[in-house]
Amino acid sequence: MTEIETELRVRRIENGTVIDHITSGKALIVLKILGLPDSSHGVVSVLINSHGIYGKKDVVKIENRELKAEEVDRIALIAPNATINIIRNFNVTRKNKVHIPSFVEGVVGCINPNCISNSNEPITSKFKVTTEDTGLKLRCFYCARVISENIAENLL
Amino acid sequence: MKFKDQHIISMREFSREMIDHILNAAEKMEPIAHGKHKSDLLAGKVLAVLFFEPSTRTRMSFETAMIRLGGDVLNLGSVDASSIAKGETLADTVRVVDGYVDAIVLRHPKEGAAQLASEFSRVPILNAGDGAGHHPTQTLLDLYTIKRESHLEGIKIALAGDLKYGRTVHSLCYALSHYGAHITLISPKELSMPEEIISDIVARGAKIVETDSIEDAINDVDVLYMTRIQKERFPDPAEYQKVANRLKVTMETLKGVKPELKIMHPLPRVNEIDTRIDDTPHACYFKQAFYGVPVRMALLGLVLGAIE
Repeated sequence: MTEIETELRVRRIENGTVIDHITSGKALIVLKILGLPDSSHGVVSVLINSHGIYGKKDVVKIENRELKAEEVDRIALIAPNATINIIRNFNVTRKNKVHIPSFVEGVVGCINPNCISNSNEPITSKFKVTTEDTGLKLRCFYCARVISENIAENLL
Repeated sequence: MKFKDQHIISMREFSREMIDHILNAAEKMEPIAHGKHKSDLLAGKVLAVLFFEPSTRTRMSFETAMIRLGGDVLNLGSVDASSIAKGETLADTVRVVDGYVDAIVLRHPKEGAAQLASEFSRVPILNAGDGAGHHPTQTLLDLYTIKRESHLEGIKIALAGDLKYGRTVHSLCYALSHYGAHITLISPKELSMPEEIISDIVARGAKIVETDSIEDAINDVDVLYMTRIQKERFPDPAEYQKVANRLKVTMETLKGVKPELKIMHPLPRVNEIDTRIDDTPHACYFKQAFYGVPVRMALLGLVLGAIE
């Protein structure tokens, strides 16, 4: 696909954020993490299974919104190769790869129904994050139960 | 080594050096635990015993430990008759009770409860078991028993029973990995040790073998650690019976074992150890229950700063 064809399918944005290199098929989860679409913001464009240099990828463009660090951390849990491009006046002013946090709080719910974090206590869920050959592992700070699959399904 | 004001939550946070320090302190407490020497080491100190589920042995051994050291005990009593029945959170209960006492022993059905309590408490929390999570004081008394009745370094030990939900064996495995233990895990497949625990302890240097037969392992080990298969975990009583009867130690099972084999059990037992074994030199479970007292005395002395 030429650049013009791509441009026709997903137009450039003047100000906002482009999340590129999202793991193919995960764009809708990225939208869920960011609470989008949200009527208070501008247009959100989603490109699914786009052809990139390293194979298929998803892309999300959000007008008039720059992502906060904790939002980027959440995205890293399900799309560890994503890049965050901040666009101002049609130009990329900052381009960062997401980084996988070593600890996440209030992002994922524990899968253990008997974990104290799933009860009516004044705490937020906390996980230690490790990366292994088999992928990401989240170990609950309270009950030590490990989540290694379907992380997206347990996002809060 | 600094234990004063430290919470005791999980065996995962204990180095071998820390464990050895506690076990050495426990050894010095033994004459006081037996009532042979009097002590006022913890005179003026108050311990709160918050048990949100029953556990007679653990509660009584903590209370005995505190009383033997001259301290006092404040018992929450029945949960049904307390503010918890009105819907108070654990966090609030802890924040109230820590104003009354110098340390809190907590037993709770939810996993991670002790960790939560430690975040809200101004006094040391001693985890006396939280759900199927950790029970570090049980592990320390298990280690103390192994040390006193057998040996810790390079121990060949078999753990049998409910290894999936049995928190005592989870914590014990973590601790034994410090001592280069050869661990045989004996359980029915549906009650096998969780994978994440096995990978953790292998990474720490323990050698693991898994089997579903006591007979396959017993002749080669120094210690057999039996646990109760919990009937309440099985929706079908017939399934429970099948499994419960498969893991049973009888006089017959003991033919061919090492003479110095010790059989441990956190108690209560149901039918997994034949009562005729009680009179053999292999039976170690009642001594094990007693050893909870000096170990808990040592821990209380350490976290309350009465000993170093």
